[in-house]
Amino acid sequence: MDDTPDPGQDFPVIARFEVRRRSYLGPDGVPLRALPSFASDQDLLLALYRGMVLTRTFDLKAVALQRTGRLGTYAVSLGQEAVSIGVASAMREEDVLLPSYRDNAALLWRGVKMEEILLYWGGDERGNRSSGPPHDFPFCVPVGSQAPHAAGVAYAFKLRKQPRVAVCFFGDGASSKGDVWEAMNFAGVWKLPLVFVANNNQWAISVPLKLQTASATLAQKAIAAGFAGEQVDGNDVIAVRAAAEEAIANARAGGGPRLIEAVTYRLGDHTTADDAARYRPPEEVQARWKEEPIARLRSYLVGRKAWGKSQEEQLAAECQARVEAAVERYLATGPRGPHTMFDHLYAELPAAYAGQRQELEQTSDA
Amino acid sequence: MPELTLVEAVNLALARAMADDANVVVLGEDVGVNGGVFRATAGLQRRFGSERVVDTPLAELLISGLCVGMAAQGLKPVGEIQFMGFLYPCIDQLVNHASRLRHRTQGRLTCPMVLRTPYGAGIRAPEHHSESTEVMLAHIPGLRVVVPSSPERAYGLLLAAIRDPDPVVFLEPTRIYRAVKGEVEDDGEALPLDVAFVLREGRDVTLIAWGAMLKETLAAADALAEEGIAAEVIDLATLKPYDEETILASVAKTGRCVIVHEAARTAGFGAEIAALIAERGLLSLLAPIVRVTGYDTIVPLPRLEQHYLPSVDRITAAARKAVRFG
Repeated sequence: MDDTPDPGQDFPVIARFEVRRRSYLGPDGVPLRALPSFASDQDLLLALYRGMVLTRTFDLKAVALQRTGRLGTYAVSLGQEAVSIGVASAMREEDVLLPSYRDNAALLWRGVKMEEILLYWGGDERGNRSSGPPHDFPFCVPVGSQAPHAAGVAYAFKLRKQPRVAVCFFGDGASSKGDVWEAMNFAGVWKLPLVFVANNNQWAISVPLKLQTASATLAQKAIAAGFAGEQVDGNDVIAVRAAAEEAIANARAGGGPRLIEAVTYRLGDHTTADDAARYRPPEEVQARWKEEPIARLRSYLVGRKAWGKSQEEQLAAECQARVEAAVERYLATGPRGPHTMFDHLYAELPAAYAGQRQELEQTSDA
Repeated sequence: MPELTLVEAVNLALARAMADDANVVVLGEDVGVNGGVFRATAGLQRRFGSERVVDTPLAELLISGLCVGMAAQGLKPVGEIQFMGFLYPCIDQLVNHASRLRHRTQGRLTCPMVLRTPYGAGIRAPEHHSESTEVMLAHIPGLRVVVPSSPERAYGLLLAAIRDPDPVVFLEPTRIYRAVKGEVEDDGEALPLDVAFVLREGRDVTLIAWGAMLKETLAAADALAEEGIAAEVIDLATLKPYDEETILASVAKTGRCVIVHEAARTAGFGAEIAALIAERGLLSLLAPIVRVTGYDTIVPLPRLEQHYLPSVDRITAAARKAVRFG
């Protein structure tokens, strides 16, 4: 059955929409077109590069810690570093980040310490009382449920006439959830200063994008909510950064929300509790390694004579040292008494629960 | 002092809270121009503007999630869910976020929000408009669940809920929205949360109820008084966390206890109270605890709902049974 309207009928077209795809660097790091102006700032590009390398070093170490029983389940961002770094680098301190559980790079960029991230995945809430901006949200574990929070945060900015922007990350799986749609719809109605970033890494655990949606893009989901959506090459950090910079500036200036769909690929397992080899062929993953973001930017920088072997070795050693030092601090974090699980339950522990807390305190003292 | 209905007292408390604190924002479906389907927010948008009294899209999950985001920014959002039957998409936000934001960030972010919703049977409403599922909410750590039973307590408890630094679900019994009137002074005085109210003192039997069931429970106490039975009536008011000491002190005095709620019996909040008394007040009991509750069935549509709700007769019969035991 044909599902298109009968072209023989001369009904007027009442709306047309288009979605563009932004990219600057090809997979080999060769520019496809003129780069945005910030790309002439070599220090910035090097900072983006260092941020991605540090994240990957940290991620791989975290997996090693999990494999040796020193960390709980951990979600790696392998291959997706450019999405988080590109967006976070375009944010201001006073903006609010609402991350999913895979946005380690964005948290690190915004000042969260590596040992704090490890502490959280190591099973200790203190990791979320982090050194990043105090107004940022912690990792959101229930998929997509942070999107309505982002709308609430952005609403507060608008009500108080503050030039601040909320930035909400979610994945291709989350794009199927009502939470994300409800938040986008509201953001459109109220023209909120909110940038949605869909990290389209092709896989929601074992479910590929084609089983997630029949939409040609995730970016077009913004159109139904009344604002612009754009697709970017999520492995091209320059493209991500450029799209984020524009969307954030537009939101800050009162132009309302935007959706950036960053197309990337989850090179790692979903988490350390997952084995992706059970549901996707290794050839697919190998092919995607040719497009990954770190090698791409490095090729560009090397081509520009802005980077070389000695700098690469120096950076690798430096990242290793920083990660090792953070791991040491994480492992040295002292335990808490069991009764502290009652701390921060309410502003003040209700009288009804004082006895339970006391019971735990006495048990743990014994 | 003016005589107000319960829903008018809710309106008065909202207006007072909004006038006192620019951070208070009211949001929900039809709360603005229309003033709410029960008129609880009538006049607020005209007075405080459409940015502080927000007509949201028809999306309950969104309303609760917006509240979390706003609250994390230091606003004091008061969301309205039109009927409790439509609150269930918000459970995700309440369990996974609102109730634990303070805890999971160890105090870095907090969630001073209120989610109001009309609830309960007895107004001949269509399907899905009559349930009383407060116990589902009362099971969530980190949350407060508050139920007023009179205009005065609706005013004082709602002010307290809005000023509270933690999330509160505020359940408004539709059956007594207009069925009870009382004097309410708009003095901005909040009533304490986490505290039960002894509405009537008596030495023979303790009757515990909350919300709309206080109407029948107080009427039952009147009827029992005519028979020479002095019933003590407790309005639990806050179900989470609830006032254990007031219950235990009363049962220590009377030795007999009847728990009344319109929610279905199994795992209803009455079971929690009975367990408390069994654990900490067993030796003061002179008779088995009696529960007078809704039945373990779907709340029937209007033709049968009066048979579902606990009646004055069922409560007096239960109290007599407790008093005459042994």
